[in-house]
Amino acid sequence: MADIPPSGIRRYFELAEEMDDVISLGVGEPDFSAPWPVRDAAVASLERGQTSYTTNRGLHELREAISAYLDRTYGLTYRGEDEILVTTGASEAVDLALRATVDANTTVAIPEPTYLSYRPVAMLAGATVLPVPTHEADGFRLTAPALEDAGAARADLLVICYPNNPTGAILEAPHLREIADFAREHDIGVISDEIYAALTYTGDHVSIASLPGMRERTVVVSGFSKAFAMTGLRLGYAVAPASLIDPMNRIHQYTMLSAPTTAQYAALEGLRSCEEAIADMRRAYDRRRQFVLSRFADMGIRCFEAQGAFYVFPECPTDDAGQFAESLLEAEQVAVVPGGVFGTAGEGHLRVTYATGMEQLREAMDRIERFVA
Amino acid sequence: MDDREELVDILIENARYSTEEIARMTGRSEDAVTADIEALEEAGVIKGYQAVVDWDESTVERARAVVELNVTLDRETGYDDIARRLAGYTEVRTLKLVSGDFDFLAVVEAETIRDVSRFVSERIAPVPEITQTVTHFVMDTYKLQGIEFLDGYDDDDRLSISP
Repeated sequence: MADIPPSGIRRYFELAEEMDDVISLGVGEPDFSAPWPVRDAAVASLERGQTSYTTNRGLHELREAISAYLDRTYGLTYRGEDEILVTTGASEAVDLALRATVDANTTVAIPEPTYLSYRPVAMLAGATVLPVPTHEADGFRLTAPALEDAGAARADLLVICYPNNPTGAILEAPHLREIADFAREHDIGVISDEIYAALTYTGDHVSIASLPGMRERTVVVSGFSKAFAMTGLRLGYAVAPASLIDPMNRIHQYTMLSAPTTAQYAALEGLRSCEEAIADMRRAYDRRRQFVLSRFADMGIRCFEAQGAFYVFPECPTDDAGQFAESLLEAEQVAVVPGGVFGTAGEGHLRVTYATGMEQLREAMDRIERFVA
Repeated sequence: MDDREELVDILIENARYSTEEIARMTGRSEDAVTADIEALEEAGVIKGYQAVVDWDESTVERARAVVELNVTLDRETGYDDIARRLAGYTEVRTLKLVSGDFDFLAVVEAETIRDVSRFVSERIAPVPEITQTVTHFVMDTYKLQGIEFLDGYDDDDRLSISP
């Protein structure tokens, strides 16, 4: 445990919590509440007394609904019966996927900047972590040369997260093919965290698992937190061939038993009736994304065009992004997260979340503009 | 959703977005946005822009009623003719022809309940084609034009910083 540092965002959280009138663009979750039918289904399930455990793998109907959803949305085919595991948030799915596949000799390649949990979770599972820097020049996409340069040919596992937190980068089919080729050539397993898949604004999300020869070596992780605005309900899932899901389920049955039952009924309703609500939220995010990118462009702050999730990742106008974030918070009460928190490759950048109402966003951008002027 | 449909969608969300903001949000030029808004107004798609007001929170006295109206038609008088007579009154804030047990649904607003009653009995009921009125006084408004008036729901209670 001594090797696992405390989360780098803690410090900014404490600073921001002390202040009044803070507009936070430092949040990693939607500003929307879960769609009403989802909330209603959760309450109704409680009223019906559905408060027991479910089967380890999750409600049968939910697994079937996830199977149908992945098929119609991304062309991914997984059997509800034995290739889908419902988890307590996508976070548990990532943890299970790592613990089920990692041993003391395992090297896990993790492109950076990225969501900050993969590294400590891989380390807790006993793996050696190999950071793979990605670059703004590539739009923070993972590329085969980046994997090569980092020495990832010797890795056993690769954890990718696209659309990416914190950069908003996405991987389109040609980019994915390059990575898939690399993974097959070097016999690398892939954990693909696609929690932001539904929040892709320029074209359709493509899963690496849908590429030839990738299904058998990939665990796709996703969930309901982001697109369905259900973070607090803690519901995610992993899909993979039964040979990968089985060991994950074995850990899950001892450590978690089953994902929260209320959340499972809520998620089922989300898949059944909330397509329109999801599309509305996605549209709202896309408008904010374009608004924020356009405001940064006018301020002369360089920011590559994030195409997914609800983050943009502008270059910090000063050398020290940590200091900039602190000063911005103190001077203008706007909270952003320095990119270095998400890996050294993120240094010199700021993560700016646009999952915030337009009025707040407008005010925050005005304040940032005043601050950098 | 094409460009104009998206514009309508954005203006329904908040008609006070500036042209500049809408242009930023949609990645279009301000001129293009202005032209499309004018075209939508010209075509009669957008009829106007209004604030959604919770009168209970304001200092202004307002009373309102939802009024069901039954009418009879004849060869010379159609629904449009009756609607025209009713819609001319400023007290009639909303007027719709509906299916079901009655013909028109009107929302009538005035300063006091008495004023609303008097308006219905003196101005609406006497219209020859109107055979029956049923007046429902509004006791409370919970949602109007898609905007909820209830407090305590959907507050932003997120942590200020999260991964």
